[in-house]
Amino acid sequence: MNPDLSQLSGVNLVVRGLCKQFRNQPVLADVSFSVNPGEIFVIMGPSGSGKSVLLKHLIGLEAPDAGEILINGDPVTSPEVAAKYRMALVFQSGALLNSLTVGENVGLYLTEHRLKPEEEIQKIVREKLADVGLRDVMDKMPSELSGGMKKRAAIARALVTEPQLIFYDEPTSELDPVSAVVIGEEILDLNQRTGVTSLVVTHERELAFGIADRIAVIMEGRIVTVGAPDEVRNAADPAVKNFLQADFKRQPKNLRA
Amino acid sequence: MFENIGEVVLLCWRTLLALPQGWRQRQKIFEQFFEIGNASLLMVCVLSFFIGAVIALQTGPVLAERSLSSAIGGVVGIAVAKELAPVMMSILIAGRIGSAMAAEIGSMRVYQEIDALRTMNINPIYYLVLPRMVAIVAALPMLVVFAILVGWFGGALVADYNQRMGIPMHAFFSDLKEIVNVKDVANGVFKSFCFALIIGSVSCHQGLTTMGGPRGIGRSVTKAVVNSIVAIVVFDYLLTRLLLS
Ligand SMILES: Nc1ncnc2c1ncn2[C@@H]1O[C@H](COP(=O)(O)OP(=O)(O)OP(=O)(O)O)[C@@H](O)[C@H]1O
Ligand SMILES: [Mg+2]
Repeated sequence: MNPDLSQLSGVNLVVRGLCKQFRNQPVLADVSFSVNPGEIFVIMGPSGSGKSVLLKHLIGLEAPDAGEILINGDPVTSPEVAAKYRMALVFQSGALLNSLTVGENVGLYLTEHRLKPEEEIQKIVREKLADVGLRDVMDKMPSELSGGMKKRAAIARALVTEPQLIFYDEPTSELDPVSAVVIGEEILDLNQRTGVTSLVVTHERELAFGIADRIAVIMEGRIVTVGAPDEVRNAADPAVKNFLQADFKRQPKNLRA
Repeated sequence: MFENIGEVVLLCWRTLLALPQGWRQRQKIFEQFFEIGNASLLMVCVLSFFIGAVIALQTGPVLAERSLSSAIGGVVGIAVAKELAPVMMSILIAGRIGSAMAAEIGSMRVYQEIDALRTMNINPIYYLVLPRMVAIVAALPMLVVFAILVGWFGGALVADYNQRMGIPMHAFFSDLKEIVNVKDVANGVFKSFCFALIIGSVSCHQGLTTMGGPRGIGRSVTKAVVNSIVAIVVFDYLLTRLLLS
């Protein structure tokens, strides 16, 4: 395979028969799906359905009880995958290193692997932070940021690695509507610019239907529907319908009466 | 604690294998090193001064009564150099630095910072364990040399001022020189080197295996300190036995 090509384009991800239990309680039950190179694949599902656990398996932080995860045909835990492909995960909590400044966090991958000289790293860090709408935070500590700012810094840190496969765990869950749109557009833009294969976990319907090429709905550790946004919107499964259309039933109070 | 001994040894071994890349982490090593010095130099001073003083106070009058005053320097010298300074300083450092290592690494574990490092292909052993291990292994023996000197001085001061002994300071030190030689000091320093390895690997291992939330961190810190101290005392006996022959 031509290494230059593999550097630029996204990779293909196949998940087959993934099972995981924590203390005899099944969290993932026979999860199978595949994501094509360059695709934006959104996974939706209610809280506690196993989305974050799934992502940890996909990037190789957790070992499955059964099943396999293949990146361009190689198992994700094999050393070739680590050597050949760049993958990044934006943690639900951000997971910034609290002992480093935001700038050091974002540049960590480049400094630790000695990929660029110091000034260039500074420049890249500033650029990536600006891409996610953060300015003047380089020298702040993560504890001085709001939840949403942390999340955006975490996205910047993932972008710095120039990944070929990127996982976002609820990238917009703590953001106001405007910032959420900025992040959604950044996900789309990065995908178009670099062809990165993107897997986005979210329970926000606007984001999901706004950016997805395909959507999967996961419930209680099982994938219940996969398809293009329109197919999923019109899914027959009542649980999926209920999840996608849940809304407040309460009418506004008539204060005058 | 015993089920973990294998894992601790393995961690120690992995750190050793990572050592050739250690130079790249020099900045973090220096940071940790100065942190250890800063955090403990004053306490080491106070502790070792009073240890030397109390040994002179306990043994001095007994020896003086039996007209063995000239042995006081030797007794204090040997006790401090070979046993008390290395063991007490290591216990102090286990409480002061081992706990901090377990807490820092443990909270990084709990708040997924270590997972984040792994997704960036940064090995937590290079990044977190190696600098701490190298720093403590370098710092503790130095602190012990310092502690030995301060301890001797504490003993000499008490021997001089206490009426029941009344040995002038220069006499104390020349008695000491007669009995204590460089090998005895080296013996104590070598022990502290081993204890530093124990504190570093036990505490880092405890941090890396932290589970759960803030409670888990608290549990890890306590275990790191207690296990380090138990291991230090047990190894102290074994090492002393080994160095005797
Ligand atoms: N380390 C763990 N040990 C035991 N159980 C776990 C562990 N991690 C996750 N779980 C369980 O797995 C289930 C799925 O958790 P997960 O974090 O994947 O949910 P999620 O779909 O990401 O939810 P949310 O939308 O709230 O983030 C939960 O019931 C949780 O209790
Ligand atoms: Mg989650």
